[in-house]
Amino acid sequence: MPELNLTSAPAHLRHGSNIGQPLTRRDGVLKVKGQATYAADNHPPGMLFAVMAVSSIARGRVTSLDVAASKRHPGVVEIMTSDHKPQLAIDPEIKTNPFVFRMEVLQSHEVRYANQPIAVVIAETLEAATEGAVLLAPRYETLPALVGLDAGESFVPPVVGVGNPTENYRGDVEAGFASAEKQIDAIYETPPQYHNAMEPHAIVAHWDGDKLSIDMPTQGLKLSLARIAELFGIAHDKIHIRSPFLGGGFGSKGLMAGPQTLGIMAAKLVGKPVKLVLRREQMYGPVGHRAPTRQRLRIGADGDGRLTALDHHARTVSSTFDDFYEPAADASHTLYAAPAIRTSHDAVRVNTGTPLFMRAPGEATGSIALESAVDEMAWACGIDPLAFRLKNYAEVEPITSKPFSSKALRACYEQGAARFGWAKRPLQPRQMRDDAGHLVGWGMGTATFPALMFQAEARAVIRRDGTGAMEIGAHDMGQGAWTALAQIAADELGLDIDRVEFEAGSSDLPDAGIAGGSAHTATAGAAIHGAGAAVIAKLADLATGDERSPLFGAGNAGVIARDGRLIRRDDESRGESYAEILARAGVAEVEARGTGAPNPAAMEEYAMHAHGAVFAEVKVDPELGQIRVSRMVGAFAAGRIVNPHLVKSQLFGGMIWGMSFALHEEAITDRRSGRIMNANLGEYHIPVNADVPPLDVITVEEHDPHVNALGIKGVGEIGITGSAGAVANAVWHATGVRVRRFPIRIEELLTQL
Amino acid sequence: MKPFDYVRPATVAEAVAAAAQPGATYLAAGTNLLDLMKGGVSRPDRLVDITHLDGLDEIEHLADGGLRIGALVSNADLAHDVDFAKSYPAVAEALLSGASAQLRNAASVGGNLLQRTRCAYFYDTASRCNKREAGSGCDARGGENRTHAVLGWSENCIATHPSDFCVPLVALDAVVEIEGRNGRREIALDDLHRLPGSTPERESALEPGDLIVAVRLPPAAGGFAAHARYLKVRERTSYAFAMVSAAAALRIENGKIAEARLALGGVAAKPWRARAAEDVLRGVAPTADAFQEAARRALADAKPSGDNAFKIELARRIVVRALILAAAGTPARIPALPASPFATTSGAIHA
Ligand SMILES: Cc1cc2nc3c(=O)[nH]c(=O)nc-3n(C[C@H](O)[C@H](O)[C@H](O)COP(=O)(O)OP(=O)(O)OC[C@H]3O[C@@H](n4cnc5c(N)ncnc54)[C@H](O)[C@@H]3O)c2cc1C
Ligand code: SF4
Repeated sequence: MPELNLTSAPAHLRHGSNIGQPLTRRDGVLKVKGQATYAADNHPPGMLFAVMAVSSIARGRVTSLDVAASKRHPGVVEIMTSDHKPQLAIDPEIKTNPFVFRMEVLQSHEVRYANQPIAVVIAETLEAATEGAVLLAPRYETLPALVGLDAGESFVPPVVGVGNPTENYRGDVEAGFASAEKQIDAIYETPPQYHNAMEPHAIVAHWDGDKLSIDMPTQGLKLSLARIAELFGIAHDKIHIRSPFLGGGFGSKGLMAGPQTLGIMAAKLVGKPVKLVLRREQMYGPVGHRAPTRQRLRIGADGDGRLTALDHHARTVSSTFDDFYEPAADASHTLYAAPAIRTSHDAVRVNTGTPLFMRAPGEATGSIALESAVDEMAWACGIDPLAFRLKNYAEVEPITSKPFSSKALRACYEQGAARFGWAKRPLQPRQMRDDAGHLVGWGMGTATFPALMFQAEARAVIRRDGTGAMEIGAHDMGQGAWTALAQIAADELGLDIDRVEFEAGSSDLPDAGIAGGSAHTATAGAAIHGAGAAVIAKLADLATGDERSPLFGAGNAGVIARDGRLIRRDDESRGESYAEILARAGVAEVEARGTGAPNPAAMEEYAMHAHGAVFAEVKVDPELGQIRVSRMVGAFAAGRIVNPHLVKSQLFGGMIWGMSFALHEEAITDRRSGRIMNANLGEYHIPVNADVPPLDVITVEEHDPHVNALGIKGVGEIGITGSAGAVANAVWHATGVRVRRFPIRIEELLTQL
Repeated sequence: MKPFDYVRPATVAEAVAAAAQPGATYLAAGTNLLDLMKGGVSRPDRLVDITHLDGLDEIEHLADGGLRIGALVSNADLAHDVDFAKSYPAVAEALLSGASAQLRNAASVGGNLLQRTRCAYFYDTASRCNKREAGSGCDARGGENRTHAVLGWSENCIATHPSDFCVPLVALDAVVEIEGRNGRREIALDDLHRLPGSTPERESALEPGDLIVAVRLPPAAGGFAAHARYLKVRERTSYAFAMVSAAAALRIENGKIAEARLALGGVAAKPWRARAAEDVLRGVAPTADAFQEAARRALADAKPSGDNAFKIELARRIVVRALILAAAGTPARIPALPASPFATTSGAIHA
């Protein structure tokens, strides 16, 4: 990896403690100067350009490709097709573990969705490859495309998400409804959405004999490496993947994707380094998306507004050839204390690329439906939505009855509401106007996301010159891993952050686990914690066992690592620098490894979640129906905050995403062809600056001794949950019109305003 | 990308000669054309780059009180010209409500007029599209068409013209100056864009080689400066094409409307001048009732071309609102959120 010139802003540093400090991104200057090398910025000598030709039909087969015409085009070097490609070591249709999804790597002529790769043109220039792909002029045998939530016979999938049960019960739901005084029975729809990371999926692949060198953005270095190893039949140690920076991933870069595999195949076919970068519209298919849902929520409440039953059913889709089911109904497991809960899912198969993890998979889709329904129920009961949520506050996790490892949601509600001024909210909708005559509405939603842990390992080193190193194959997707994890490393090593060489983003480093599930800081952080503690323990052994050391006899438990020194806990005036200890011992460095992993015992005992409360104000033009969010406040409790600056940015991003979910994002699929008609950022709307109102994030203090050694819960995804519902509920409160299809469109308001 | 010739003519005459060849197209800033070429929607053999031609980037005040805008003046420069914005505030507001700051800095006046439709089926080369390929059919019919035309469409094409700029221009009787193989001529902007009829592939009155050299606002256009607004409903606050838009300009004398101008955007294959609505406003007081009647007239012939019936009602409401805003008077400064229904909301920061 090229030398990374990371900087830090020491002004914010409290001496001796890095965790908790609002450091700005250490890679920020590199990025601003354009010096951060993203995968597609690599140009090894002799590199060729590969461009995918993709299918314009959603179902059928490719019957011909004009390979000759394409080959004749000046600059075109090779054309990789189903009939002309390097052999893979295993059938890509075989699922070797639950994190393997089927990919299209030209294994057959069959077309399973629009934008499926059907050939790869390799040329001397990007332009030649692009035109070469056009000249292939594919012909097809087309079958009717399966499109939408009613495309066919529905079925109950064996699991949803990653191994979650499809159905869950607690208590007697029907009895709950029978005893209810008020009932809500409503259907909500959410559209297909695409990750649209700023950086498209890209790969620069270079074979050197049987060694494979790869530059590629990935949220899962080791998972990708293992997948490549099995697909190409080579040993793990023959593969090196560099992924120092990702221009966003949001889940779409978690697993090895088909197009990136094609880049490796192309490089093998031509025996030269090859670069393959997806065009924006090619990201709408082979690299995952969020499946659409149709969710039915039935809620019962007694005369006091206490829930008697909650029944959440989600219909979703998967592809015709693989299984991933958005676990939308699971969002109802943790938040509201209904004595009877049922969640269930069913699905239909459609001609799309397989839906996959997209930022808060299940939680986001489920949350907007649940929070809308809860809001509807609060209104039906004549109770303020916050009061209603407090009345039904879950003291233990409703679906399991486990206590929470920590839950500062009440404080989130209080602090968020106070900052927002919620107390002044009129119960009735359509009561508020601004001075320009726009309808004003206030809505809220509860945020929640599980606190997960994966497996990770880190290697720590302390050197004779008094510096340290921490190595972990962690992933910086823009969230700030280069900074936050280095802060943890510095504290664990007892060094100033500038004295720690922090290495990440490369597959030859210890496995950091996947950067997903909002668990990366917690997981990698725990490994760093372990490695740091272990290396300090080794250093302490050297000192405390040596009678020439002022620490002699202090015993491991008796020293503290701080500012590059070990000092006696009982007498801080006695201590010695790392350099002195190592010099006397005559060793160049000490090193140790540590791991991070989930704690099954704690998981058995406790439900572990981050929580939050989001409050939104929207304005709606009373005749024209255009909506604008004017204010949002989010209060989140997510355990220990490693870097408040980065955490706020994550939460801001999540809240904007939530607003996007409620008001903007939707992939529009042609109902006949199955093609996505707005596969570009001009027409696939996400909020622009003018849509994003002043945002206010409060991080509520929360101490969690159970989730992991550092008490960290994730913040990467929770911001979406709660926010989407808060905006939708605010639209209702502004207008009195309840829209249950998202994103909320002008026409749905227009006729009812 | 398909290989193409690139020529950079030194004079307008050379440009016209070069562009009259089959397969040749003018290149201005390329913000629309290059996108279309990358997507394979346009596959020209030759680009005639006009951005280096002299004399096409000026804004001239004419002796008769009119204004002449060179075809290469950028959308941003025009909108930010203080005199221009003062005299033709609705035009400046429309310009600033379009695209993004970066695009407006690049985009030219001529290119804006001749930008192509945003119909998704036009862009999707796998779809049938009569505009892209004459006689192939129209996949927007029966497809995802909630944003399509409600006025002037035909069975052959239901696309809209997406320009914001053109809407107030057409209301103000703008004239287009054209240099062609047979010399200079001029036509009303209202006659530049054609309705689809049975030949949607013929989008404008231009012949091969025709170069737009300027757009002229006649002297009378300046008479509406005190009561002129552009209003644009879109699906996000900025950086989105109009779902429906309207330009309204009034000359109010002694409490009565002496003359009204009204045009709609996002409803037809051309900027839609609503003359019948203008007629009912002449000589009446600017009241809500009068505006309702005008809106009714403006949309009298509208019919849905698909899942877009709501656009007719939306258009009526936009007409009423735009007229109310115009009657209230042009604001001293263009609002921070130009043409937005939220333009007057306190707290708007930027567009
Ligand atoms: C993401 C995005 C969002 C946008 N949003 C909006 C919006 O909200 N509202 C809006 O109004 N527009 C919007 N636009 C369109 C934008 O206004 C146009 O792309 C721009 O005005 C075109 O100008 P140009 O100089 O780049 O034209 P080019 O792309 O160079 O040319 C466009 C066409 O005009 C022809 N042409 C150009 N100049 C002349 C001339 N002098 N004589 C004859 N023919 C000529 C070209 O041959 C070509 O066919 C958007 C564009 C993008 C990409
Ligand atoms: S509406 Fe017009 S532009 Fe759109 S597909 Fe039909 S013919 Fe083409």
